[in-house]
Amino acid sequence: MFYREAGQFKTTYKADQAIFPIVQDRWFVIGVLAFAVLILPLFANQYLYTEVLIPVLILSLAAIGLNILTGYCGQLSLGTGGFMAVGAYAAYNLALRVPETNLIVVFLFGGVMAMLVGVLFGIPSLRIKGFYLAVATLASQFFLEWAFARVKWFTNYAPSGSVAVANLELFGIPIDTPMRKYLLVLFIVAVLALAAKNLIRGRLGRMWMATRDMDIAAEIIGIRPLHAKLSAFAVSSFYVGVAGAMWGFLRLGSWEPLAFDINRSFQILFMVIIGGLGSILGSFLGAAFIVLLPIFLNQVPGLLGIPLSTAMVSHLEFMIFGAMIVFFLIVEPHGLARLWAIAKEKLRLWPFPF
Amino acid sequence: MLGPVLETLIGGLLTGVLYALVALGFVLIFKASGVFNFAQGAMVLFAALSVARLSEMMPLVVAVALSVVIMIVLAYAIEFLVLRRLVNQEGIILFMATLGIAYFLEGFGETVWGSNIYKINLGIPKEPMFFFESVFPGGLLIDREEVAAAVGCAVLVAALAIFFQVTRVGRALRAVADDHQAAQSVGIPLNTIWLIVWAVSGIVAIAAGMVWGSKLGVQFSISLVALKALPVLILGGLTSIPGAIVGGLIIGAGEKLAEVLLGPLLVRWFDLAGGGIENWFAYMLALVFLLFRPQGLFGERIIERI
Repeated sequence: MFYREAGQFKTTYKADQAIFPIVQDRWFVIGVLAFAVLILPLFANQYLYTEVLIPVLILSLAAIGLNILTGYCGQLSLGTGGFMAVGAYAAYNLALRVPETNLIVVFLFGGVMAMLVGVLFGIPSLRIKGFYLAVATLASQFFLEWAFARVKWFTNYAPSGSVAVANLELFGIPIDTPMRKYLLVLFIVAVLALAAKNLIRGRLGRMWMATRDMDIAAEIIGIRPLHAKLSAFAVSSFYVGVAGAMWGFLRLGSWEPLAFDINRSFQILFMVIIGGLGSILGSFLGAAFIVLLPIFLNQVPGLLGIPLSTAMVSHLEFMIFGAMIVFFLIVEPHGLARLWAIAKEKLRLWPFPF
Repeated sequence: MLGPVLETLIGGLLTGVLYALVALGFVLIFKASGVFNFAQGAMVLFAALSVARLSEMMPLVVAVALSVVIMIVLAYAIEFLVLRRLVNQEGIILFMATLGIAYFLEGFGETVWGSNIYKINLGIPKEPMFFFESVFPGGLLIDREEVAAAVGCAVLVAALAIFFQVTRVGRALRAVADDHQAAQSVGIPLNTIWLIVWAVSGIVAIAAGMVWGSKLGVQFSISLVALKALPVLILGGLTSIPGAIVGGLIIGAGEKLAEVLLGPLLVRWFDLAGGGIENWFAYMLALVFLLFRPQGLFGERIIERI
């Protein structure tokens, strides 16, 4: 009854090309943002910030990055963790060597460096595709992980191999409390997500989607595969790199290459698949699901009063996590975003089904 | 100089045989069902765990036989609970499902069998053998277990080849690998075939798990070793059994030689904190290789039509 576009006439080209053409959608997005900025900080505690909100947002950004590559351009990648590491270490080195740099510039620099590395490792995609490409991207994952563990310059000759950042500040405001970190993350993620939403509606996004659906056909209608695939790798790695820099700076504070290992790549791939391939909203939903599920599973035995050893809990967590993934794929292979779309479709007709 | 290099080469080739054993399981499933089975590593871990724990209670032969039964039951469960419900989905969805299975199996295996490091004793003496002591000073040092593994692998591959070429089921398997629809239209039951390939690759996983388990001890890291089978796989071609073997040998020898010959140079040039290029060399080798031959060494030529 409330979710209906009847009566909303588009009288200008501007209105026709709006990102959220339906008024209710627009209000929904504004509402969610307002809730995240104004209401959440009123009652959120440190645990909620550092274990839930910040990880969900940052990993959503990484998932958007991977979704651009895998969901929109159809290039399966298992190197996300490696590109996140590039972002984190590039940002660390800039902040270390040019300390007066603005924090936002530091993050963007991480993204740009990841972009360059991503394009380099994207070159094989011009020759190989599918699972061959997926395994080829593993090369970037293992190589980058190794490089950051072994090349001493990257870690500023730290004897332990782990690096740390401290005393972050932005425009003179110290970014020290979880709430400030959260707001900074929220701002960057919101801007970049909006940019991604815009990008995929445009020429670039259409090129990617044509390449995904059938690359030879796309080539025949005049899309250069080199252009389409490498730009997807570039944009995707940029997003992933920024996410990596923020993960290192705002979530971890101090980290070593292990924070960006192959399991991180899989985690983000899960987010994209569970959330929905080819959906920006799905990236957020998937990230929330994958971050919250282990937290939830951890709480259950305690809530039910079943005494279990920690080893047992972690094994059960693995089992249930795996089973949930399989279950989800069977029930809705197109992800949470599809469920959301179905719900919206139902809501449009409700309560008058005809 | 030649002696140690040759020794590394032989050691690498023998390790390559082990990689090939894991890759073989991947190829069998990919050929017959088009599923890129990421759970193969977890299956190797699970198989190794069950052999190790069962052999504590009974003779090794009985333990292995019982493990074969367990792997067949597991194959049935996977076919019935997962694959059957995901028929006609895209490759990436099936791939993710096998990742889910991998997580499940790792948790399940450690819940049922325990998560300590277990030992599989194959009854092979531990001390290495020496060859050609007259040719090289000190001779060539070769690990007995690895030689036994190579022999075991050869026997297994021969058995699989006979199974595929001669038996009725093997013919059906090859038919399904060629073309699902055509095979189905001449009356080959797809579900049964899938059950069989998953069971066979479960049995291959037992072989791989026993060899790796006796080498490294049965522990979580075995399922990571399986990741090394991936470059082997794409180097040899996803659909080729000989490819898996040859790819395994190339990767095994290549990475060991690179570690010994290239590693120290890299450390000197770039001032590294230790070598360890084994971790990525196999993938890079496969990547560079694919640039020149996108379908792998023995893979089927990719023909694309619109």
